[in-house]
Amino acid sequence: MGETFEFNRSGKPASAGAAMAASDVKQWFVREVLPLEAMLMHFLHQNWRNKAEIEDLRQDVYAHVLEAAKTEIPEKPKAFLIATARNLVIDRIRHNQVVPIDAVNDLDELNVAADQPGPDRSAIARDVLRRLEAAINLLPPRAREAVWLRRVEGLSRREIAERMGVSENTVSDHITAGMRALADIYLGEAAELRSGR
Amino acid sequence: MNGIDATAARFLERRDLGPWGEADQAELDAWLNESAAHCAAFWRLEAVWSDAERLSVLRSFRPQTAKSEPRRDIWPILRRAAAATVAIAAIGAASAFYLLQPEGERYSTPMGGREVITLFDGSQVELNTDTSVRIAPARRMAWVEKGEAYFQIKHDAAHPFVVQVGDHRIVDLGTKFVVRDEPGRLEVSLVEGKARVEPLNNASKPAVLTPGDVAVATAADISVTRKTEKHLASELGWRRGVLIFDYTTLGQAVAEFNRYNAKKIVLAPNAPAHLTMVGTFPINDVELFGRVATLVLKVHVADEGDKIVISR
Repeated sequence: MGETFEFNRSGKPASAGAAMAASDVKQWFVREVLPLEAMLMHFLHQNWRNKAEIEDLRQDVYAHVLEAAKTEIPEKPKAFLIATARNLVIDRIRHNQVVPIDAVNDLDELNVAADQPGPDRSAIARDVLRRLEAAINLLPPRAREAVWLRRVEGLSRREIAERMGVSENTVSDHITAGMRALADIYLGEAAELRSGR
Repeated sequence: MNGIDATAARFLERRDLGPWGEADQAELDAWLNESAAHCAAFWRLEAVWSDAERLSVLRSFRPQTAKSEPRRDIWPILRRAAAATVAIAAIGAASAFYLLQPEGERYSTPMGGREVITLFDGSQVELNTDTSVRIAPARRMAWVEKGEAYFQIKHDAAHPFVVQVGDHRIVDLGTKFVVRDEPGRLEVSLVEGKARVEPLNNASKPAVLTPGDVAVATAADISVTRKTEKHLASELGWRRGVLIFDYTTLGQAVAEFNRYNAKKIVLAPNAPAHLTMVGTFPINDVELFGRVATLVLKVHVADEGDKIVISR
């Protein structure tokens, strides 16, 4: 509540300053945008019925947000993120001539999520370990084992392969799958995907 | 576009586990420069993976989930040993039937306990929580009286090993299999090889099982369905101190935890018992389960000291 943000298709006028350094954009993205992923995913799940396209939409939103941040770091990341998501959803509906009528629950309510309180960053910092612990426990068993042996036990790829009785290539597969699942769960997708709703 | 996340994860895995040189870094830089979407995907995975390093503080707290524990290596070795072993797990309530057969020595575990017993012929029996098993002193015979047990039997074609559960018996024909005994119902799942399930009183026809078969025996008959290997492996998670849930309902998950822990989880009448969850949990950590349920199922969890109450 209380945040207002206008977003138009041409974007905000660029400030007089020079383009942002890549490292600044990265730092802003990691610190300000990623913690909002749970909210973003909630918004996308609320407003896009085809669950198979949600990951694709999320990537699209992030790419647009980063492009914009190269020119100027948005002051209000939460409102900017949701405005970007909202515009992309509308774009896709317009572009997609045969979009099912129920692709979007209610176009008028597309910006509802922007008004909801976002995650409290201090609470997030406090809960990092607890949330990581919970997230790693939700990984598929083999990926969980590989991630655990790497991140908790600190073993090398070869040692993990020996422990798990598989090839090093298979270890790489488990680790990469684990990295992706861990990010999805940790950043907040878990509730939507796994609670059976 | 999902390929972007996959590529980002590949780069990150290579960089973290090596080898990683200047050429690798140049390849990554070039890929990142191609698009903002590439940057977003890589930075996102990198940030979470880097945070995950904090998990190393858990090392000393949860040894039972690490592979370093010897018992955890039994399963792959068993696989290689294949036909030489039989694996049987039986779970369920005691039957007065056994009181008529006092032969052998009784081994029991308390709630939360686990114990491995080696038999005279080299076979092993691993007892799960709250379990009672009787073992014949000099013949290949055992009785599951209560709870759940995992049998690793040395195969001997001339002297089949017999496990009796309630009013049925399982005869090893050179196999690995899992037996679950619940009140009025016995379930035998075959992992490998061949086994026979038969009633003691010839009330129904015996069932010969092939891998993946699940026989369900009641007083009236024996029927056969199928289970995946993954499902069978999940059910044996207790052997390494974990409970493995794979789209398991909250109700089932709570029932599983309550088998192992004195501190019970209670579902309030309004709790969404039908919601499903995926994950692996230390078998004795009901508090962690409560925290995860809060996070994933958005339920309210109250730790009341002697019990944990889950409500909507």
